[in-house]
Amino acid sequence: MGALLGVLPFFAYTAIFLVTPTLIVVVGAFLDGKSRPTLGNLSALAQPQIVSAFVHSVVLSAVTAVMGAVFGALLAYAVSTAREGGLVRRLVTSVCGVLAQFGGVTLAFAFIATFSSQGFLTLWLQKSGIDLASTTWLYDWDKGLMLVYMYFQIPLMLIVFLPAVEGLRPQWREAAESLGGSTWHYWRHVAGPILAPSFIGAMLLLFTNAFSAYATAAALISQGSPIIPLQIGGTLSSEVILGQENIGKAMALGMVAIVAVVMTSYVVLDRRTSKWLGR
Amino acid sequence: MSLRATRRRRQSIFRWVVVTVIGLFFALPIVSMVEFTTRAPGGGRTLDTWATLFDVNVIDADYPELKTGILASAGLTLLTVAIMLVMLVPTMTWVRLRLPGMRRTVEFICLLPLTIPAIVLVVGLAPVYAWVAYFLGESSLWLAFAYVVLVLPYAYRALDAGLSAIDVKTLAEAARSLGAGWPTVMWRVILPNVRTAVLSASFLSVALVLGEFTIASLFSRDNLQVAINLLGKRDASIAIAAALAALVLAFIVLFAMSFVGARRRSPRPEES
Repeated sequence: MGALLGVLPFFAYTAIFLVTPTLIVVVGAFLDGKSRPTLGNLSALAQPQIVSAFVHSVVLSAVTAVMGAVFGALLAYAVSTAREGGLVRRLVTSVCGVLAQFGGVTLAFAFIATFSSQGFLTLWLQKSGIDLASTTWLYDWDKGLMLVYMYFQIPLMLIVFLPAVEGLRPQWREAAESLGGSTWHYWRHVAGPILAPSFIGAMLLLFTNAFSAYATAAALISQGSPIIPLQIGGTLSSEVILGQENIGKAMALGMVAIVAVVMTSYVVLDRRTSKWLGR
Repeated sequence: MSLRATRRRRQSIFRWVVVTVIGLFFALPIVSMVEFTTRAPGGGRTLDTWATLFDVNVIDADYPELKTGILASAGLTLLTVAIMLVMLVPTMTWVRLRLPGMRRTVEFICLLPLTIPAIVLVVGLAPVYAWVAYFLGESSLWLAFAYVVLVLPYAYRALDAGLSAIDVKTLAEAARSLGAGWPTVMWRVILPNVRTAVLSASFLSVALVLGEFTIASLFSRDNLQVAINLLGKRDASIAIAAALAALVLAFIVLFAMSFVGARRRSPRPEES
């Protein structure tokens, strides 16, 4: 009994600041404005703007996850061929660490400095006769936002995928070569199958990362709420229509449900990966 | 032998091509930020924006929100790291020593925030923070309670790696048999042995807190990112300069960490 006292502060703290908020979202999604049980919030999710926000979020996350995974994996492999503890590797992993964690407002401003009507690239391209400033593509969820998201998806991929690429042993390649296999054979029959589970797993992680992101979109997009985190943010900061107080919680629950499905697949895959790479 | 040499040369070319191309992609916005903040009104270059940013008096007078934000973020960083360490290190050590059956539960709770997006946490935290404001006041500093939850998964992993690398049980028993009390065991035996893990957990927390925007902005509190975002509506130049400065600061923190982390991997870390 005395031993349990030692972990009491930890459980008390997480109960207040982690478990309670989670329960408030889950329970609140099923309560109306007067705290009576209802399914009204969930059916309100069928509103066209909420459905399209969910669709936009899923498409945005899926596209940036796939592209981020491909480019991030290329970068990870390139970096893995560099000397361990060398400057290239250290520099790339630190830069990626910053960009993957730090994103948010900074990225939005970096983009305004680059692509807005007064941005560096826009002005520079104007001199060569290409006009980027005539449209507001930068603020569209399926153009500008997608491009911005790549700036934290690729770095995250590098961080998550590098250990897997580093797990490839040179002996495997030598074994393939001594049996007469070409580079293509090695990738097709040895490295590819070994890396596949971690690659897909990392892609799932990238999906949830983009799906959960709020700050970048909030700082970049000032009109409308094309993606679901912005919709939820809107229910917190503006006047809510009477009787719809808890729709934000229902949307939040929807997000958690999607993330939970993806993360469960990730955990299952991660177990298989650990078996192969002997981590 | 020549096969290997050819491959190494090819890998080296591949490495430089990929790193250069992707490097240019990432350098573009950074270069743009530098270019944008050094524009002179007439069309030349000036360092005025940067001089302003580093002039404490001007910031104090003209950009009070930035000063508030920087101070709030500094306070939040300290408080978050302090709560995180004071809560996690003893709990994780204690679980390893006395309650090995609870390890899975503690791990599950610590990794839980990974599956809960910050925006969802905000929705659930709103009523909790109404109580926090009632008992402790409206200060931005109390955001640290929520930030500890955000850093929990990263801090847990770093500390867990550190604690796994030492024999906690033997160390603690040896100290206890020599008459040390639990506080002494924690402070003078466990803590010095997981120094690197504590450092990397703290660095990760610092980077995360300095970059946090979602919770602070939706609860209408001040921190660095909220201030930068607010400033952007009024004076893009100084906001972009501040954003770049914060990014560089975070990079320095993480780059320093890569050296700390490297020392852990060496078989016999030298004692300072």
